[in-house]
Amino acid sequence: MPIITYRDALNQALREEMHRDDRVFLMGEEVGVYNGAYKVSKGLLEEFGEMRVVDTPITELGFTGVGVGSAMVGLRPVIEFMTWNFALLAIDQIVNAAAKMLYMSGGQFPMPMVFRGPNGAALQLSAQHSQAWESWLAHIPGLKVVTPGTPYDAKGLLKSAIRDDNPVIVLEAEMLYNTKGEVPDEDYVIPLGKAELKREGDHCSIITSGKMALVAMQAADQMAKEGIRIDVVDLRTIRPMDVDAITASVRKTNRAVVLEEGWEVCGIGAQVVDYIQRDCFDHLDAPVLRVHQADVPMPYAKAIEKAAKPDVAKTIAAVNKVMYR
Amino acid sequence: MASKKKSDADAALHKELLHSMILQRRFEEKVAEAYALGKIGGFCHLYIGQEAVSTGILSLLRDDDYVLTTYRDHGQAIVRGMSPRSVMAELFGRIDGCSRGKGGSMHLFDRHVNFLGGHGIVGAHVPMATGVGFAIKYRGGDQVCICFMGEAAVNNGAFHESLNMAGLWRLPVVYVIENNRYGMGTAVDRASSIKDMYKRGDTYSIANAVVDGQDVFAVRDAAQEAIDRARKDYAPTLLEVRTYRFMGHSMSDAASGTYRTKDELEEYRKRDPITLLERRMLADKTLSKSDVAGMEAEIAATVQDSWDFAENSPEPPLEALYEDVYVETTT
Ligand SMILES: Cc1ncc(C[n+]2csc(CCOP(=O)(O)OP(=O)(O)O)c2C)c(N)n1
Ligand SMILES: [Mg+2]
Repeated sequence: MPIITYRDALNQALREEMHRDDRVFLMGEEVGVYNGAYKVSKGLLEEFGEMRVVDTPITELGFTGVGVGSAMVGLRPVIEFMTWNFALLAIDQIVNAAAKMLYMSGGQFPMPMVFRGPNGAALQLSAQHSQAWESWLAHIPGLKVVTPGTPYDAKGLLKSAIRDDNPVIVLEAEMLYNTKGEVPDEDYVIPLGKAELKREGDHCSIITSGKMALVAMQAADQMAKEGIRIDVVDLRTIRPMDVDAITASVRKTNRAVVLEEGWEVCGIGAQVVDYIQRDCFDHLDAPVLRVHQADVPMPYAKAIEKAAKPDVAKTIAAVNKVMYR
Repeated sequence: MASKKKSDADAALHKELLHSMILQRRFEEKVAEAYALGKIGGFCHLYIGQEAVSTGILSLLRDDDYVLTTYRDHGQAIVRGMSPRSVMAELFGRIDGCSRGKGGSMHLFDRHVNFLGGHGIVGAHVPMATGVGFAIKYRGGDQVCICFMGEAAVNNGAFHESLNMAGLWRLPVVYVIENNRYGMGTAVDRASSIKDMYKRGDTYSIANAVVDGQDVFAVRDAAQEAIDRARKDYAPTLLEVRTYRFMGHSMSDAASGTYRTKDELEEYRKRDPITLLERRMLADKTLSKSDVAGMEAEIAATVQDSWDFAENSPEPPLEALYEDVYVETTT
């Protein structure tokens, strides 16, 4: 199987879906002539022309609304945000329009559209360019939210997102674009709402998603050297969440750490812990612990930036604690 | 002979226009009654006084054109061809409402007549209308999208972002500013640095015009030009229509007393768009007093029928609560 980058996997997904369905178009800042701020859309303008690969002014609210309107009349827009931090300017269109249109129209206007771009922290981008938006977006009924952590998942989930008739949020990551993995050339999709057990173990579960799945895998590798076997559940889709995958794992291991990139308060982890206490109360041998970003805006300086981020060491410390080691 | 035919056609058209305006007026008077009785809840914004705008513009559209508007949407929905029954049932919160009782007054939708809402966030539907224009051009079609908005929306970023894109990309959208002089209680000259709203079109190289919104013929003439421009040349227009609302902003707001005087209201009432048209038609003898009486009786029956229909329609069943959050993907 070919080994390609996460970036190229996304590019393949876009290209294949644009060939498959001429209602699909890509719109956003720098997606065309510049080939994408992170080069995800490389070559697409040349291949599909400027009606289907649309460079916009810096007008997030405006072009997101253009996407919503075009979806109301049957197109299937893929709206790229240069990063999710800028999508805050368009949040009204995502939340008040895309997510609610079907419901408030009594089922008349589905919103077959995708909102995508890099989410979370990269390196030293500080407060305004580093936020992880999962919990904001997953809070909203009407949206689906996916967080691919590998090139294989990136391609399969983006293709599913584009084919889905509901608005789907795709949270990518700058730190993942260069990562490599096996990705089949042929057409495949990954169903939305299905977690993947990325690694099997019976001592402790780590429940996580997206970029943090890599952190979880590294932590699990290190602990394996000490004989600790970790079950790594990569949720892949945050909404709808695969609760069965979570509970199956926790019932097996009786211990869990929930790892997420964003902040603690009202975070994704809080929701996961709620599912666990509800469905696995009698199976727990220790309180569930959470690993997350420090409760501060992201700082710039290297040492304190590192201290703010969830990482392998913090994850291992949490696993040791729930295992009373 | 030819001119007789034309004048007959004109007379028929004028009657249709009058009918359309009176229907909106009587329908909304009934809505006010139902609201007072608690049959309608929530926010409810009447269009009374502005009927020449909806009638003038929407009477020019083709069936395959598109319309988006604000929460002040009852009149436009009906003129666009939605049945008074489905609109009244929606206001009553019933299952036979156009949005199955899930939208209410502010969110009237009907995909069969390309009525794309009924939007409650000031300015937010302006980018959506721009997107409809984009889709028309994407497909190489010759439809037009009409986007109604209040004059307060032009101070909102969504409006400016939209006009910039529509000007840049040449999209077939007619942006209609219904300048009724107030955004809730804020007079336009206390909110906008520019008094002539239509001039904002110049900033984005968009054709623009201003027209008397109480005169249905003036509205039609200006709108026809704008619609032709969109249909033939994919070119947008910013049309300011000067009008006035005769009622409060919503049901909880008195018609006058706080932010505008009774005298001012009375002054504007003299230019009631329905009276103006009626008077003109009576004067040129294309309408008789008995025509008016006949029309009023027929409309009263239609409106009463919509009330009866709404009252007899069931409330949405509890299962409906969880429906329409997501659609099942079929492709
Ligand atoms: C973004 C936003 N801010 C505030 C409101 C509350 N609000 C509803 S209508 C309105 C006034 C709008 O006036 P205008 O655009 O002139 O329309 P009109 O009501 O006169 O038809 C306001 C402030 C809102 N719905 N949306
Ligand atoms: Mg106004």
